[in-house]
Amino acid sequence: MAIYRRSYKPYSGTLTPAWSRCFVLFCYSRRNLFRSKFMTALFVICFFYPVLCLSLIYLAHSVSFLQQLGVPSGVISIDNKFFFNFMTVQGVFAFLLTAFAGPGLISPDLANGALPLYFCRPFSRADYVLGKSSVLAILLSQITWVPGLILFIMQASLAGAGWTWNHLWIAGSLVLSSFLWIAILSLLAMALSAWVKWRIVAGALLLAVMFFGAGFAQAINAVLRTESGQFFNVAYLMGTVWNGLFQVDAEHAIPVAQACIALLVYCAICLGLLMRKVRAYEVVR
Amino acid sequence: MSTTTQLGAASGETQQTSLASPLPALIELQGLSVQFGNREILRSLTASLRGRSIGLLGPNGAGKSTLINTLLGFYKSSAGSARVFGYDIGRDVRKIRGLVGYMPENDAFISKMSAVSFVQMMGELSGLPPDMALERAHEALFYVGLAEARYRQLGTYSLGMKQLAKLAQAIVHGPKLLILDEPTNGLDPSARQRMIRMVREIRDGKEMRIVLCSHLLRDVEDTCDEVLILKQGRIAHYSNLDEERRANKRFLELETYGANGDFTEAIEKLGCECAVTANRMKMILADGVETRDIFRLAAERQVRIRRMNFRRDSLEDIFLKAMES
Repeated sequence: MAIYRRSYKPYSGTLTPAWSRCFVLFCYSRRNLFRSKFMTALFVICFFYPVLCLSLIYLAHSVSFLQQLGVPSGVISIDNKFFFNFMTVQGVFAFLLTAFAGPGLISPDLANGALPLYFCRPFSRADYVLGKSSVLAILLSQITWVPGLILFIMQASLAGAGWTWNHLWIAGSLVLSSFLWIAILSLLAMALSAWVKWRIVAGALLLAVMFFGAGFAQAINAVLRTESGQFFNVAYLMGTVWNGLFQVDAEHAIPVAQACIALLVYCAICLGLLMRKVRAYEVVR
Repeated sequence: MSTTTQLGAASGETQQTSLASPLPALIELQGLSVQFGNREILRSLTASLRGRSIGLLGPNGAGKSTLINTLLGFYKSSAGSARVFGYDIGRDVRKIRGLVGYMPENDAFISKMSAVSFVQMMGELSGLPPDMALERAHEALFYVGLAEARYRQLGTYSLGMKQLAKLAQAIVHGPKLLILDEPTNGLDPSARQRMIRMVREIRDGKEMRIVLCSHLLRDVEDTCDEVLILKQGRIAHYSNLDEERRANKRFLELETYGANGDFTEAIEKLGCECAVTANRMKMILADGVETRDIFRLAAERQVRIRRMNFRRDSLEDIFLKAMES
């Protein structure tokens, strides 16, 4: 029967399982995100460097081709520093992608008072946060640890079992460093957008947290003649953890373990702020 | 079948109302209190509501929306408990939410979404499979009268259209209870009429029970068969409008010409109570006495009846009495 001929009737069919409903938010949010051409273009650009790395790995194992080019065979070295650089570049792209995509996930719901509509259904706040954060988590995974592991597998297949066995820890470092960066970026973006409820301001705040955080850290270091100011510099903390995970020699003002704890504290603060703001109605006491 | 409703205010005062309703209890409140900081918003509410369509009335700040939000689990109760369809609001809030469709008072939408996508998403969040949610989103939007505008972004909708979209998302999953918080807020008279007509249609469809929260007496009077009046977080009055209407039909007001003591006496002989002022008579009709009997007596005594109407104790009277109490 044609739709316009039907009248309202109750629903008596089967329902989807409760655990699957947070994916509804994921699907709709992702679809909305990719309506933007800029977002699509930025997402494509994020794959340029992995493709370049893939070419470098191939070149590193094509001795005859390098000889034809007159390049010494040892000039391209695929080691922990190579993957650290990959992670650093992709980390920057992950940040840019989050700055663009993250604030638009929650702030429109808060600005338009849509939260009661979500939470009057069998759908919890945890489901909501999980559904929204999974958009960023999957998006950022697609440009960080997933291509990172593809590069690792490519290198492993070309270099042989010996190299793979000796460098297996790099795969773990790729996944762990990506997870930590994704968690901090996602939670920071969502907490800020929940706090200010305005997409553009939330995006600007995210940039401010990263850049002004670094400046603030330097100011504290200079005034108090200490290195503790770096605890306010999220990017520095993350860099310290990555250095530790990829075993890259570098001097750190803060030990890796402390940097790791500081990042986890940031995550907890963001999660707390998020759960405080993501409510059907704010209670005015 | 006769059931009993107990209503109590914070003072512990209890009043009993006899209701004739075969429906199971929809909402049961047992000393329910809600406190925000030091402010007590709801104070020891006790009631059992069984109507098909229940109106929550009260002046602004009486606690109507807080009661609804507490029933939906948005606010925690500070004392007492409440049940919706027998489910406890503390323990079974997910089950309750699965049975409820809620239309909030304030603007609630996602601006960069078409109405169809919005209602479909809300259907899917309620557990409908995607294809069924899409089909029912179209149906719901046709039903509320947004068929032509269903592909437009919600941000471009007028206030009245947003209200209708909110109603569509509330009914898309076929809830057993529809909670409407000020559904006619900000609507022009024709849009209000349309909304009221739709609420009545839903009520008469008997698939859903309705809780309508409003401070507009007409809205509640037009759509509800039971009314709970709140005042400063307490229950000020509870009344079954259907019963009131039926009871009030027995009050008759006459404007006559040529009436004398004989006419009044004849009416009183039928068992009716009469009060006469100048050419007006007020009477309570006795059981078995119909208006045609009054006409007959008037014709026999050549009394002309110029006007006859049933004096109704309107909801406004009930409300004002409750506010004065």
